[in-house]
Order: sequence, then C-alpha cells, then structure tokens
Amino acid sequence: MKNKYSIISLIKNSFSYHENWQKAWGDPEPKKEYDIVIIGGGGHGLATAYYLAKKHNMKNIAVVEKGWIGGGNTGRNTTIIRSNYLWDASAGLYDHALKIWENLSQELNYNVMFSQRGVMNLAHNLQDVRDLKRRTHANRLNGIDAVYLNTEQVKKFCPIINTSPDIRYPVLGGTLQRRAGTARHDAVAWGYARGADEMGVDIIQNCEVKGIKRSGDGIEGIETTKGFIKTKKIGVVAAGHSSVIANMAGLKLPLESKPLQALVSEPVKPIIDTVVMSNAVHAYVSQSDKGELVIGAGTDDYVSYSQKGSHEIVEGTLNAILELYPIFSRMRMLRQWGGIVDICPDASPIISKTPIKGLYFNCGWGTGGFKATPGSGDLFAHTIANDEPHKLNAAFNLNRFVSGDLVDEHGAAAVAH
Amino acid sequence: MFLIHCPYCGEREQSEFKAGGEAHIVRPKQPTELSDDQWAEYLFMRKNIKGVQFERWVHTHGCRKWFNMVRDTSNDEIKAIYKMGEKPPTKYK
Repeated sequence: MKNKYSIISLIKNSFSYHENWQKAWGDPEPKKEYDIVIIGGGGHGLATAYYLAKKHNMKNIAVVEKGWIGGGNTGRNTTIIRSNYLWDASAGLYDHALKIWENLSQELNYNVMFSQRGVMNLAHNLQDVRDLKRRTHANRLNGIDAVYLNTEQVKKFCPIINTSPDIRYPVLGGTLQRRAGTARHDAVAWGYARGADEMGVDIIQNCEVKGIKRSGDGIEGIETTKGFIKTKKIGVVAAGHSSVIANMAGLKLPLESKPLQALVSEPVKPIIDTVVMSNAVHAYVSQSDKGELVIGAGTDDYVSYSQKGSHEIVEGTLNAILELYPIFSRMRMLRQWGGIVDICPDASPIISKTPIKGLYFNCGWGTGGFKATPGSGDLFAHTIANDEPHKLNAAFNLNRFVSGDLVDEHGAAAVAH
Repeated sequence: MFLIHCPYCGEREQSEFKAGGEAHIVRPKQPTELSDDQWAEYLFMRKNIKGVQFERWVHTHGCRKWFNMVRDTSNDEIKAIYKMGEKPPTKYK
C-alpha cells in the first residue's frame, strides 16, 4: 500500500529532510509469465496498465520499457492538451481524454499540474477563417467548448501577439477552447506508474524487446534483453518504434516515423498565460511553470529514428514566432530536442486489434499523442481486456486502411501534421 | 540536416530535396483486379525500417528529378544513391 501524498505527509517528511519518502514504484525482475505484457513505458503504456488493473481487475501485468519510463515522447512533447478536433470520432476520443484529465490529479493522488489555461488557434488567411469557424461549429455540436474570436478579441486574450495588419501573415481571427491547457508530462508517467505499481503491475525498465515469438495464429511470448517472457496478450504502445515491434511479429503498419522537434527558452517572468497555436505559420508557444517559453516546431518529411531534426525546421518556427511576438526577439533558446513520431496516412491514431490473436497496437498518434494519454490508456485497456474496441475507439481500428473508412484529421485538427 | 549528392546536380543541402517515401513499391499492373487488402498494402502499409532503408527522393529546388537512395534511418547516414530505373545495390539487400 502506498502512503498518500498530502500536506501532512509533506510536513512529516520535512522532519527527516525528505530522505525517507516511500519509493513510488519498484524495480522488479521479470517473472517467467504474465497474462498481459505492455511494450512501452510511456504515458500511454503506463495508463493502459493502470486501467487494466483498476477497471478490468486484471492481475499479473507487466510493462516493459527499453529505457526509463517517460523517457521517450512522453518527456519530449510540448504538453498541450485540447479536444477541439473536427470529426465526430476524434472529438469523442480526445474529449474523453480531456474529461479524465480534469480529475486526474485527484484520482492518482499525484499532482499532474493540469492547468486549463486555454488553447487559442490563430487564423492567418481567409481559408483559415472558414476552417476555424467550421471547426468551432462542429466542436459545439459535439458538446466541446469552442468560441471564435475576431482580431480584437485575440489581442485582448493574448496582448503580446502582433495583430498589425501589415505583417507577412496577419492575424485575422482565432478559436479558443478554454477547457484546454497543459500538464506536467513527466508527472503523468510517474503518477500512472505509481498507481499501477500499487495494484501489482510490474514495471520493468531497461528491458528492450528483441523479438516476438508466434505460435499458430497467436502469441507465445517476447524475447527481451532480460530473457524470455511468456505471455498470450501483448499491448504495443511504442510510439515511433511501433513499426519495429510490428516487424518482429511479421506485421506491417501504415506508419512512417519522423523527427518532431521542440525547444525551450531561458526562463523569464510570466508573459503568456495561455497556449497559442498557429497552423499556417506552424508556430506554437506556451510558458512553463519554470518560466521557459515552450515552443513546438514541425516534423521533417523523411523517415528517421535519429531523434534529431533539421536546423531549418527550428529556424522556420522561430521566424514565425518572432513575427507574431516581436517582444521575444532577444530571448535566448536554452535547449532543443527531437522525438520520433509515428504518423498515419490520415493523421489519426490506431487503437486496435490486429490480424494476430492476442496482439494489440496503440500507435499512430503522430504529433499529438500527449493530450490523449488518459483516454488512450483507458480505451486501449478496454480493447485488450474485452478483445473488442470500446465504442469511442471503434473508428480507430487498423482495418480502416482496408475499408477506406479513414478519420482524416490532416489540417482539420487545428494544427499541421 | 545532411548533404545529399544529387546524381544530376552534385552535392546539395537536404532542404533542397523532398523525401518521397519507400522505394520499389511497384504500381499494380491490373488495378481493377486488386482486392481491398491488396490496395491497402500498396497504398498505406510501409516497412518504416529502423536501419538501412530504400527510399525515393526528389530534387525539388534543383533539377526536379527523382532518384533512389539507400539510407540508414537510425543515424541518417546515406549509403548509396542511384538513378530511377537502375538496379538497387545488392550489398544492402
């Protein structure tokens, strides 16, 4: 049983110089056999294990992670959470996640620092204005809060934006989702890890999967750097490396893995209290609680697993940021990094069974998976436990690439992919 | 960012080029006879290899010609470049 985090436990531990805090999760050696093995110890994988144990009363679950938990894309994203997607299927999926976010810190007894500071998407040309208005209406029909703002309202909501009509891409308007915002990404992985560990999930770090052993139309187990682990059910949540795992099982996925970059500035005093995204010029910015500007850049268009992208992608993003926010012209950038994102042809995720019995994939989140973490884990757990998708992820099956029933969120999802 | 040796123009910056995805995916000869599964395989399914991969590239901001490339996607090292229609180098197969 884990001790509850509270103001009392904080005071109590301060007397022992915070040296006696209970470990948040263990460091077990893998058992010979598990009922379910989750490959990938990021937010989505840990959330999946958590909900399998909590909502489906599954026992004997392991999460195997090549590196440290939360060390992949979970710790590399720009922490933006929103649900203002165009299509009904996407709206259902992402708003399911947003509703869980709203109570997640309480549920996990772990402060994920969820902050509903709002996400504003800017329009820079007539087509943007039409698209954003259409999306606002679609969102409201799906019960998702959304408002359209004109240029003056944009300026009022975020005064540092340059709304002058003579910039290269003038701000013609924008949309605002007030329930949207940010969260502390590491805390999400750690909170789910702690919760899952408490319910008996084995979190096995530094354990790379080397092969998948098939038997007939099913699964026999996985070969890892810590030996063979027998299991009949595998949930793969390996983000950029999903295709690598799929190839081990002789399966091909409709994915391409590409580098996506982000960067942070030196910390400054509070200057921007919301998240502002711009599709047309591909620049988005928010400010972390430490005071750093958190800036998201774009993807390179070639397949790469090198976790570094091209310099001109960063340069292009910063050009746009400077045009929109002249106040940042003398800010210095502190760190820049890349993560490998797995992109589907329709820019929507796959949470699905596969032709191989007992093998499930949760992948294809592309450039926007963080926001969905709790919902993705919940729905993937449902899919694995019941061997059937939940109605909210039924549309996100692997077979849609055969049937043609795609969920085309390219460009429609308020940000370029 | 890396340099690419265009077989027609010589060495240029990668930003002059555009990646065209996996190479040697042959367009079906009898499209009308393809099943949905075969179409999905042709249109969407990709090897997406971590390691040595065969790709198509185009020199968009140059001669605008297409060519093939063998590249290690784990470190972006280019192994070989050859023109369209030429046989892929066998040592990377």
